[in-house]
Amino acid sequence: MSTPTAPAPGVTEPTAPAHGATEPSAPAPGWAALRRMTPARVALGRAGNALPTGAHLDFQEAHARARDAVWSVLDAEALAAALGTLGLPVLRAASRAANRRDYLLRPDLGRRLAEQDHAALAAQRRDDLPLVFVVADGLSATGVQAAAPAVIAAAVPRLRQAGVPVGPVVIATQARVALGDAIGAALGAGMVAVLIGERPGLSAPASLGVYLTLDPRPGRTDAERNCISNVREGGLSAEAAVETLVWLVREAGRIGATGVALKDMRPAGPALPPPA
Amino acid sequence: MAFAHRIGATRHVFDDLRVLLARATPFRSGDALAGVAAESAEQRIAAQRALADLPLRHFLSEAVIPYETDAVTRLIIDRHDASAFAPVAHLTVGGFRDWLLSEAATPASLAALAPGLTPEMAAAVSKIMRLSDLVAVAAKCRVVTRFRNTIGLQGRLSIRLQPNDPTDDPRGIAAQIVDGLMLGAGDAVIGINPATDSVEATIRLLELIDGVRERCAIPTQSCVLAHVTTSLLAIERGAPLDLVFQSIGGTEAVNTSFGVTLPLLAEAREAALSLKRGTVGNDVMYFETGQGSALSADAHHGCDQQTIEARAYAVAREYKPFLVNTVVGFIGPEYLYDGKQITRAGLEDHFCGKLLGLPMGVDVCYTNHAEADQDDMDALLTLLGVAGVTYVMGVAGADDVMLAYQSTSFHDGLSVRAALGKRPAPEFEAWMERMGIGEGTRDLPEALAPALLGAA
Repeated sequence: MSTPTAPAPGVTEPTAPAHGATEPSAPAPGWAALRRMTPARVALGRAGNALPTGAHLDFQEAHARARDAVWSVLDAEALAAALGTLGLPVLRAASRAANRRDYLLRPDLGRRLAEQDHAALAAQRRDDLPLVFVVADGLSATGVQAAAPAVIAAAVPRLRQAGVPVGPVVIATQARVALGDAIGAALGAGMVAVLIGERPGLSAPASLGVYLTLDPRPGRTDAERNCISNVREGGLSAEAAVETLVWLVREAGRIGATGVALKDMRPAGPALPPPA
Repeated sequence: MAFAHRIGATRHVFDDLRVLLARATPFRSGDALAGVAAESAEQRIAAQRALADLPLRHFLSEAVIPYETDAVTRLIIDRHDASAFAPVAHLTVGGFRDWLLSEAATPASLAALAPGLTPEMAAAVSKIMRLSDLVAVAAKCRVVTRFRNTIGLQGRLSIRLQPNDPTDDPRGIAAQIVDGLMLGAGDAVIGINPATDSVEATIRLLELIDGVRERCAIPTQSCVLAHVTTSLLAIERGAPLDLVFQSIGGTEAVNTSFGVTLPLLAEAREAALSLKRGTVGNDVMYFETGQGSALSADAHHGCDQQTIEARAYAVAREYKPFLVNTVVGFIGPEYLYDGKQITRAGLEDHFCGKLLGLPMGVDVCYTNHAEADQDDMDALLTLLGVAGVTYVMGVAGADDVMLAYQSTSFHDGLSVRAALGKRPAPEFEAWMERMGIGEGTRDLPEALAPALLGAA
């Protein structure tokens, strides 16, 4: 336990009790105001020149959760069971990255479909598949596991109403966004929506991104996709994400493009709430 | 020209200078991703030995990217100062390492040598140096720059206050500025990465920082790290712009991917100079670089990422920057996998930048998908402090809530200064004393109260 050597400009954690810290002093005037003005880690106090124990361990906890999210493994069985209740066929696919380390070091392998999966998906190819969902682990399986079924469950009836039938859902592992291009092409899908775990931040270890690509095929660039990001508790809600997705799908069908050519021109698109 | 070195029964051959440099590079994931890394430890040391035997003069006759096709190569060759090079012109790369570590290499002789060195020479010698070598030689390099204060003096370590906000909310930015100033950060620059790169947002943020700076009479400079074309438009509209920022790289193609050309950088510098906002000097450019950016833009021409990074410093020095920093761990594990690779890259970049005459800072940082943590950053920050790093970043609680990565905190800046007996820039230090900001400060000085910043 460290003892502050100088009077700390001291605000201790307002919520959790400071772990092992000395008796918190009342916030000096001004500092508490700073805390309310930003999601950043301000007014943390000092233990000498370092962080007080509570603030230090808060940081370590956030980093631990983010690290675990990166190395978390998608529970494909549980995900398939959750998706199965929606009445859509569920398929599986893997990228060419053999494991997580491979995935982190070789983004190119994460964008390419494993050989055997290509054949298996091609066997399911149909000519009347307007939209396929791909649920991909990305950089946070935790985020996908938590949020993807709810997004798809909300999206499917809305898309059907809009006259866009939805094909099978593909659960993809060690997957980058562009793996959806290979999957969509193998299945003959008109559009692919990739729901993928985003790179975890300290304040958001489990966040989902949604990438929509028209006429998917290997070689598509990020400029040819539309992205809805920060879908998570405390971020963009699943409902708001679905609303945007349905709008994008309809517009993409109308103008025949996704990406930079498809700008969200709705007068009041769902605004991001302030980060937690 | 091909190079070779025999180890035991194997004769290792390297087709040209580009390949030799790449194979001689200590291992990092980005070179493996690019397919240019040595295939074995033995091949690497063979390349290092062949490189050590290479005369420095050779670098003036063989370019890693052809002169005809690359504007950065042309800049390097056209600006080479042969008379500055003369004192080391007879040396091999290995002999140059020995010379750098010797007493003959003094702050004065190193400063005089800088215009005579090409980036490839600096990169080459760094590849056969250990961390302690990179630290020792960089510590002898002095690069002093001036705008509203003086950066880079001996015994000083400056901090960029980086008050980024996910929505450019002025309240959130002001709160972080106050927090950082109270912890001794901000003498290098108060520099915001804007969430939106628009002229309106840039002007609004410049006015925000300038307001705080004027109200509290802080001897520092401000910057909004928008694209150079955005800064030019802001200048046209009369914004209070101190430093022009731009990300740059070591090939013409990577700069094209950043939307910049060398004439555009010159134009931006002229525009900023015309404002005459500096008080103790007029170094007006701020550049950021980082290993791996060329490969990620498919603009690396088969070179290793560290050689390309050093070439970016040739671009930087052409425009006499106030600050340069390498954002070493931001790019991700496919380029620098873990704390070990990030540490070495940070020290290489700092060394090469200093040797080439730049006011070199380092964003000591990592992302959550890299194999790195706060311990790695503490070690690198301390090594850089010993190496005399010009400045490092200061981020509230080390957690950049806009860019979603971890950099050094305001507290880290205090810690490394205290551990190494370093002080802020002199003008800023005097300001802190006037404001009563110091170790024992508990209350916010009245001038820094949130209400008076117009932000509460």
